Amino acid sequence: MQIQTVVQELATGMLVSASIFLVTLLFSLPLGLIIAFGRMSKTKAFQGIARIYISIMRGTPLMLQLMVVYFGPYYLFGIRISNNYRLIAVLIGFVINYAAYFAEIYRGGIESIPVGQYEAAKVLGYTKAQTFFKIIFPQVIKRIMPSVTNEVITLVKDTSLAFVLAVTEMFTVAKQIAASQASMMPFIVAGVFYYVFNLIVAVSMEGIEKKLSYYR
Amino acid sequence: MKLLEIKNLGKSFDGVEVLKDISISVNRGEVLGIIGPSGSGKSTLLRCATGLEQADKGVISYEGSYGLVFQNFNLFPHYSVMKNITDAPIKVQKREKAEVYKEARELLKKMGLSDREKAYPFQLSGGQKQRVSIARALAMNPDILFFDEPTSALDPELTGEILKVIKELANENMTMVIVTHEMSFAQNVADHIIFMEDGYILEEGSPEEVFGSSNERMKMFLGKFCE
Repeated sequence: MQIQTVVQELATGMLVSASIFLVTLLFSLPLGLIIAFGRMSKTKAFQGIARIYISIMRGTPLMLQLMVVYFGPYYLFGIRISNNYRLIAVLIGFVINYAAYFAEIYRGGIESIPVGQYEAAKVLGYTKAQTFFKIIFPQVIKRIMPSVTNEVITLVKDTSLAFVLAVTEMFTVAKQIAASQASMMPFIVAGVFYYVFNLIVAVSMEGIEKKLSYYR
Repeated sequence: MKLLEIKNLGKSFDGVEVLKDISISVNRGEVLGIIGPSGSGKSTLLRCATGLEQADKGVISYEGSYGLVFQNFNLFPHYSVMKNITDAPIKVQKREKAEVYKEARELLKKMGLSDREKAYPFQLSGGQKQRVSIARALAMNPDILFFDEPTSALDPELTGEILKVIKELANENMTMVIVTHEMSFAQNVADHIIFMEDGYILEEGSPEEVFGSSNERMKMFLGKFCE
C-alpha cells in the first residue's frame, strides 16, 4: 500500500483526533478554572465537592471514565443510547477529566501569587473581579504555562483512547489498515502525525511563553 | 480639620492581642510618625486603618480617601511603570485618560523617573520601585497617605532617596501617617509622633517631647538607635 493512500485514509481520522483535542481544550480550560475556584472556596461544601471530583478524575483511568459516560445513561437510567452519542460521550469524558487536571494547575498558580498583589489592588479600590482578571490571572497564566504545555501534549496522545467507544479517530483507522494490509506503514504514519501535532503544540506554547516574557 | 480618627482600636490574632487600646487622630496637613520595636503593633495598626485587616474593637472614621505605600512596593509586575500608576485612576475612579496620563507624567517627573515610564518593575532598582509605588498611590489623589516602613526593604544607599521624596511631600502639606524605623527621619519630618509598645501607645507628642522623654523604656529604645 502506497503511503499516500494510507495518509488519505487516515485523514478523516486525523480530523476527528484534532476535533477531540480542540473541543477538550475549549471547554476544559474554563471548566478547570471554575473547579479551581470551588477547590479554593471558603465554603466547605464547594471545597469538598471539588476535592472529591478532582480525586475521582485523577484516581481512575480515563478509559474507564469514557465508558461510564457512554454506558452510564443506559445502565443507570435505561436511556437508549443513540449512535451519535459516541463522539459526544468521548468529548464529555475528555472535558471533565482534563478539567480536573487543569483545576489543580490553576490552583497552584493562583496560590503562588504573593498576597501583596491582592492587598495593593484592594487599597487601590479594584473590585474583586477586576483584581482577579486584570491583576492576578495574567500573572497566573505566565506561571502555569509549562505545566499546561505538559498537559496539552498528553491530551494529543490521549485522543487515541476514543477508540474504546468506537469513535474512529486516526489511530483506530491506522490499526484497521495495519491489520488488513499486514503493514507497519500505518503505525509509522500515525506516529509521525502525533509527533508533528505535538511539535506544533510545543512550538506554539513556547511562542506564548516568549510573548509573556516581557516581565518577570 | 480631622481627616482620620481612630478610637479604642483592638485587634487579636489567634487569641494574641496585637493592638490593645489605640486612639489616634490625624489633622489635614499633619505628618504622624509611628515608631516602636518590632512586634509592637505598628504595622497592624496601619493595616487596620487601611482596611487590610478587620479590627475587633473600636471605631475608625475617615474624612476623605486614603492611599498606602507598602514595604515591599507590591507593584504589578505585568504592568509598565506608566500603567501601574494610571490603571486604577482610569479603571477604578473612571477618570479621563488624557488627564490621568498628564498627571502621571508630572508625578514621574517629581519622582525623577521621567525616562522610566515604559519600564517594567523588574527593570527598576528598589528605590525606583518604591518611588513608582508612591506615585501610584498619589495618582489616586488621596487625602491621606500611609507608609508602612517604606525603606525597610531598601539598602541604606537607596533609603535616602525615598526619605527625600517623603520630605518633599511633607513640605507640600500632604497628610501622612508613616510607620518607620528611621528615627532621625521621624524626628525630622513628623509633626506628631507616637511610640508603640506591646499594643499600646506608650508615649506621644511632638518630636521634641517624645525624643526628649524621660520614660525609661523610651530612652532605652532610642538609645539603641543613637549608638
